[in-house]
Amino acid sequence: MIENRPGLTLLAHLTLMAGVVIVALPVWVAFVASTHTATDFMSGTIPLWPGPHLVENYARMLDTGVSTSGTPPVGTMMLNSLVMALLIACGKIAISITSAFAIVYFRFPLRTLAFWCIFITLMLPVEVRIVPTFQVVADLGMLNSYAGLTIPLIASATATFLFRQVFLTIPDELTEAARIDGAGPMKFFRDILLPLSRTNIAALFVILFIYGWNQYLWPLLITTSSDYYTIVAGIKRMADAVDGLPQWHLVMATAMLAMLPPVAVVIGMQRLFVKGLVETEK
Amino acid sequence: MASITLDKVGKIYAGGTRAVGDVSIDIADGEFIVLVGPSGCGKSTLLRMVAGLEAISEGTVRIGNRVVNDIEPADRDIAMVFQNYALYPHMSVRQNLAYGLKNRRTPRAEIERRVAQAAAILQIGPFLDRKPRALSGGQRQRVAMGRAIVREPAAFLFDEPLSNLDAKLRVTMRLEIKELQRRLRTTSIYVTHDQLEAMTLADRLVVLNAGRIEQIGTPLEVYRKPASTFVAGFIGSPAMNLISSRAVPHLPAAAQAGTIGIRPEDLSVAPDGPLEMEVLAVEELGAQRLVHGQTGGERLTVAMPSDAPLSDTLRLTYRPGSLHLFHPETGRRID
Repeated sequence: MIENRPGLTLLAHLTLMAGVVIVALPVWVAFVASTHTATDFMSGTIPLWPGPHLVENYARMLDTGVSTSGTPPVGTMMLNSLVMALLIACGKIAISITSAFAIVYFRFPLRTLAFWCIFITLMLPVEVRIVPTFQVVADLGMLNSYAGLTIPLIASATATFLFRQVFLTIPDELTEAARIDGAGPMKFFRDILLPLSRTNIAALFVILFIYGWNQYLWPLLITTSSDYYTIVAGIKRMADAVDGLPQWHLVMATAMLAMLPPVAVVIGMQRLFVKGLVETEK
Repeated sequence: MASITLDKVGKIYAGGTRAVGDVSIDIADGEFIVLVGPSGCGKSTLLRMVAGLEAISEGTVRIGNRVVNDIEPADRDIAMVFQNYALYPHMSVRQNLAYGLKNRRTPRAEIERRVAQAAAILQIGPFLDRKPRALSGGQRQRVAMGRAIVREPAAFLFDEPLSNLDAKLRVTMRLEIKELQRRLRTTSIYVTHDQLEAMTLADRLVVLNAGRIEQIGTPLEVYRKPASTFVAGFIGSPAMNLISSRAVPHLPAAAQAGTIGIRPEDLSVAPDGPLEMEVLAVEELGAQRLVHGQTGGERLTVAMPSDAPLSDTLRLTYRPGSLHLFHPETGRRID
């Protein structure tokens, strides 16, 4: 739409600005809160400009954490979250790309059944099967371990379907050319399929990394040792001050820190991410 | 370099549909064979069976002296050029050319030598480090041919390689393929639905219809002596007129009850000619003029010089000995 009406442009910009304010204000408030002392925030009037305690608050969180709520320093929790998010993202991608490869390129007995089994898992997210899954993980002795944190979340029907769609757009002639060029199935997978789905892998990685990073319910259940607390579940524990008021300035400082890795991943992979979502030519 | 022998080859798909039946062709070493026919006639299926991309349901295919029915495409010593080129989009031209050789564990120096040689033959040297995306249709076509050449195979298989090019480029590339094949003397099987491409490229033509061979012969044999009404109507442009013999007076007795074929260029205007045609439409081609009309209820096309006089009705005669006679039921040629 090409129009030149200043009034309309102004309206459009005002709408956009309002949108930005609605999204950004809570983040701003969180940031502001993380730069004040605990009492400033409890005084009844919420400050809207950063205070002088930024370095002090963040240093404390990174160094010792909030000992009263039993959470370790932020660094440990960030590391746990990072390991968990990376394992989930990489695991999901590895499993779904190989299963999509099997479903699209091989004719094996019960192929349709396998396909439908994967499909049905879409209806069973972690929250639905949380009790039996917990039981299995507990019986296998995987409580308080990275394996327990990640393995139950790795299987992914959505990602399998995404890769299936990607593979279906790759022309048959390319597969045939590779066959004539002497590439066996695994070589074809490595030399042709993987490079061709590079952008899709990147897009999926961003989505899955954030999915893994934001996991809340599962880590909360599965971890009882503070060594394995993740940052998102940790924030919840900090806010649950048993006797006394939550130390909001520290909670907010943690929240700000928790936002950084996903933001870094999104910014770092933005170009590939967008390409992976819009690119159609193969 | 090798001969290729197809012996009673047939293809039946899982549902019981027969795509190809009873096809036997002996292809000599270095020969350029063109499989031609309308879409759905089984020509691509036949080629893909030779390539090994499609299982052979009946008969045997030999490349050289080896029966290849159960041999993987990569081990059949063939190279294929696809209609949509099928270049690997993420690899540079050089990598595209080298990929098959690398999988064959050819020594690096040998790969480089062959790639350089193919690039020189096809004049794609300047693009070797580009991705296929950055090439034009004609250049991609050359790269696809390069990928076939570097393999130095026993046979080239072409699956409608020029169909995605524009008309002008198609003519140029057609000539290049012909010259290239002359030079390399590699046995080639070429599939096309374009009868002009078939005529110009082939040492021998194989005309296919509904999965069966209608005729095998050199382009001129097929043009001059079409074996059936199908071949007669398919080869030659404009297409041969096929009319009931009743519409043509003064025929010898043997020809009374059949189908008569007359090429449009064998008809000419003559004031005392035996045929009278009512003119329905005229197409000007520049050097030639095509006049469409009807005579005795049959459609007829005449090719005449563009300066010939026109009127609503034309009297026509045919060149002596230019009539083709076909059996009324089987459609086969009667000599």
